[in-house]
Amino acid sequence: MAIKPRVDLSTLFGRAKDALRLDERIGKAPNLPSKRTQELQGRVARGKPVVSVCPYCAVGCSTLAYVSDDGKLLDVEGNPDSPVNGGHLCPKGSAIFGLTVNEARWTTAKYRAPYATEWEDKPLPWVMDRIAARVIETRERTFVRERDGKRVNHTLGIASLGGATFGSEENYILGKLLHSLGVVSIENQARI
Amino acid sequence: MPGLGTTFGRGGATTFVQDLENADCILIEGSNFAECHPVAFRFVMKAKERGATIIHVDPRFTRTSAVADIYAPIRSGSDIVFLGALISHVLESGKYFREYVDAFTNADYLVREDFKDTEDLDGIFSGWEAGENLNDSSILNAGTTNSGDASAIDGNKHSAYNRETWAFELEEVPRYDGNGTVKVPKRDPSQQNPRCVINVLKRHFARYTPEMVEDVCGTPREKFFQIAEALTKNSGRERTTAFAYAVGWTQHSVGVQYIRTAAILQTLLGNMGRPGGGIMALRGHANIQGATDIPTLFDLLPGYMPMPAVARKEQTLAEYLGTNTKPTGWWANTPKYFISLLKAWYGEHATAENDFCYDYLPQLTGNHSMMSTTIAMKDDEVEGYFVIGQNPSASGMNGELTSDAFEHLKWMVNIDAYETETASFWKREGTDPTTVATECFYLPSAVVLEKEGTMVNTNRMLQWHDKAIEPPGDTVTDAWIFYTLGKMFKAHYADSTDPKDRPIQHMTWDYEHPDAHERAKGEPSIHRIMKEINGYSVADGTQLKTFTELKDDGSTACGAWIYTGVAPDDTKLMSRNRKADDWVSLEWGFSWPANRRILYNRASADAAGKPWSERKKYIWWDEAQAKWTGVDVPDFPVGKAPNTPAKPGASGMDAHGGASPFMLNLDGQAQLFTAGLLKDGPMPTHYEAVASPVKNALYGQQNNPVAMEWRRSDNAYNGTDNPDYPYVLTSYRVTEMSGIMTRYIPWLAELQPAAFAELDPELAVEKHIRNGDWVTISTALGEIEARALVSGRLQPLRLGKGRRIHQIGIPYNYGTMGHATGDSPSNLIPFVMDPNVSIHEAKSGTCNIRLGRRPTRTRTVVDEAVPQHKPEGQPSLHGAQRDTPGA
Repeated sequence: MAIKPRVDLSTLFGRAKDALRLDERIGKAPNLPSKRTQELQGRVARGKPVVSVCPYCAVGCSTLAYVSDDGKLLDVEGNPDSPVNGGHLCPKGSAIFGLTVNEARWTTAKYRAPYATEWEDKPLPWVMDRIAARVIETRERTFVRERDGKRVNHTLGIASLGGATFGSEENYILGKLLHSLGVVSIENQARI
Repeated sequence: MPGLGTTFGRGGATTFVQDLENADCILIEGSNFAECHPVAFRFVMKAKERGATIIHVDPRFTRTSAVADIYAPIRSGSDIVFLGALISHVLESGKYFREYVDAFTNADYLVREDFKDTEDLDGIFSGWEAGENLNDSSILNAGTTNSGDASAIDGNKHSAYNRETWAFELEEVPRYDGNGTVKVPKRDPSQQNPRCVINVLKRHFARYTPEMVEDVCGTPREKFFQIAEALTKNSGRERTTAFAYAVGWTQHSVGVQYIRTAAILQTLLGNMGRPGGGIMALRGHANIQGATDIPTLFDLLPGYMPMPAVARKEQTLAEYLGTNTKPTGWWANTPKYFISLLKAWYGEHATAENDFCYDYLPQLTGNHSMMSTTIAMKDDEVEGYFVIGQNPSASGMNGELTSDAFEHLKWMVNIDAYETETASFWKREGTDPTTVATECFYLPSAVVLEKEGTMVNTNRMLQWHDKAIEPPGDTVTDAWIFYTLGKMFKAHYADSTDPKDRPIQHMTWDYEHPDAHERAKGEPSIHRIMKEINGYSVADGTQLKTFTELKDDGSTACGAWIYTGVAPDDTKLMSRNRKADDWVSLEWGFSWPANRRILYNRASADAAGKPWSERKKYIWWDEAQAKWTGVDVPDFPVGKAPNTPAKPGASGMDAHGGASPFMLNLDGQAQLFTAGLLKDGPMPTHYEAVASPVKNALYGQQNNPVAMEWRRSDNAYNGTDNPDYPYVLTSYRVTEMSGIMTRYIPWLAELQPAAFAELDPELAVEKHIRNGDWVTISTALGEIEARALVSGRLQPLRLGKGRRIHQIGIPYNYGTMGHATGDSPSNLIPFVMDPNVSIHEAKSGTCNIRLGRRPTRTRTVVDEAVPQHKPEGQPSLHGAQRDTPGA
């Protein structure tokens, strides 16, 4: 959702002052900005703000991610409309740009064969196929229908960890999928 | 959060951060609020500007302490003594909010005659069954899921405590409809009977004195009295006090009881459900509340319904509903929520004839929590592991055991945005990758700006975030991964006739994205998933507006009843509401349940429905309109008059009167004494941490008798008063770092470049350590190194018998990867588990410190598991009971 940046009052005041030529009238020397300075714009000036939420602690600060016309992230700032953060962000929230645009990020699917010493890049579909095959193989081998005469319909051969860093909808389909597979060893950071 | 849940009915934070501004006093304990939740801390500062008293109780003098009016130091691990002494103080001095307590709590219930307190049994309660080993089914987390009599759920057959006596005396009263009688808790409104809860509580906490606080916590007596005065002066009709805590209170082997102590104190002070009051749980991850509500947790289904368990004999739908439907209170609705969940998951295949596919759900056969599962991995009982946005090798406990356990897996999938210590565990120091057989996969996942969806903040508020940019390279969303795997499994099992594959065949999975571009990429529609979570009418697909529309006949489907109302029609998302005001902001986001911002807010009015005071007006009974009204959504049946009598023998909410604000509890009252809901006691009791420098000064019983530990060569414990480890060890985080999500960011790495260990100047002199020196910190488990930060923020504490205690603090943010690196304290902290929520003990331990760096890590740990107390025929048992009383 696009939100119009708020009008900066100090800018309004500045414009009014300029229109009235206040500085010159009180005898102050004109301070002519260079052409370059005149043409300079804030780094988010041409960006479209998109409303998001900070991914760090659970306070839930609302953010504005400024995106250029060609889809590049320009910067991330606190959303002044939020009743929670009122435009503020802490150092971590202020660094969401660095979390997102970062050359250290791993953006390829990777594989490490047994006993290998390094990761290797692999096509995403290849990795997905291989993961699915391993899940099925383990499930087939470890699925237990009954134990001690009681129906259990589960596998303790597969486990999952994580949840607090991704969305509620994602948690929902993950839980539904794992339970339908018979996986019960499901945990996330809520214990921690 | 059963500390809150067993007292009030729900585990969530009871208030919202903006409302802290209205507090007259704020007690912050177990949290470094200013540094760890800095943006919400502005409401604490606003309260201070308005004249509120800010109190900080913490082992370290932090930035929170710096702006507090009162700072009190405390030995890590002793908070129950401190809070218990406050309880004793308000009870003995009569300075609690008597009218509130009389109206809204179980203070006048009579406790059973055969109940024995820790006073009588030197630190344990009645029902202790000595000599009987815990087995895995006994540690099922029965009490956390909803309100009610948990002892009736698991029957206590294997429990170390038989909780039968932790209950109220019952009396027979005529049923409301005249048809015979019904048993209800016996009450003595005069509160003269010594077995009245309020009197039991008074005796239980009598030994929690200011002197004991000084001796055990190291907190000076005058600080204690200052705080007691501030709390009592700022609680009552005209004034309210708020409490704020974080993991400083939860990560203990008796963690749940820390929160219980706070809950009892806040109830006695009459601060629950009121503006400027309540208990603010400050959570650490952006969606940790959401991942609890719609849980990726072994023991819960969405909306705080328990997973079916063999130990509770829930083989059929009728049995499940029998144990989990409460006769009285809101949980009488369980069948509506549970059957609607099965309809959401298995669609048209879930019918009344086949018990709505109840048998598709797997059953629990033990404690399948993180630590238990990790041990099972090490013992070769787990083949494959998905790790998604979590980093247990660096941020967990016993990092070496954890990473070693991964070597025993056949395969492991890591889903993250960066390389983590967990993903590349086979490269860690001291390990030769060519000996590690685990097949490893890494899937690059999108960060928050690259996807849309919902996150639930620390005060239960759902906020939708829009997608700003496309993810880079092969990066995909977590939703894409789960959705795609689901489609692949469906395709694989499409023609199977094996009954075990039916859940996959029949699972509803229709999340096709309406946008052609996203659809082409295979991204599911997050909005469609949220609509299913919200719930809809099966007949025509109409979205539901409130959970009161849910039915138990299969005519409604709903993924998580507590979220119903967030997607009330085909297009609207209340979580995307973005209109704020200067207080409650009902139109910013959506707060579960039903957009209520302060929970139990009926308690903001007196028994007759009138605000306790004009100054603290919030929700009240409007006589003219015959309904509850105010500035928030009432957390109460809106048309139920305050003078409505309770109907003994009626089901559900009819059994509650109009003056019982805690709807999810059986009787609608706050539970000062919890009847069998928690595994380690109906009232909080101080036990020392499993690693402690001192003996328990209050009782003969040293540790939580039902805490779980693993006595193995790869999980060594320091024990009590071990001269090799004389200092208290605690851990915390810094403002600029969270963990792997910050260590790769250059801006943040510059601000907090490396790990450090904080120690007081006196200890530094004694150990010849100067600020900036390398130091090695050790426990029986291992050693880590860090730069010394010699700082007056930590001070030695003077305990009883002239004992002088030093505390050492280590940040939990670091690991070997990223730009800001350092050893993680996870290599110092062994697995120990709280019996109620399976949480570990990272906030309180013991250690030693010496000048200089540690040696390079080599393999020294014996790889064979040493299972303890593993009975025959129980392959998944790993917990061993410790410190058996009377043994």
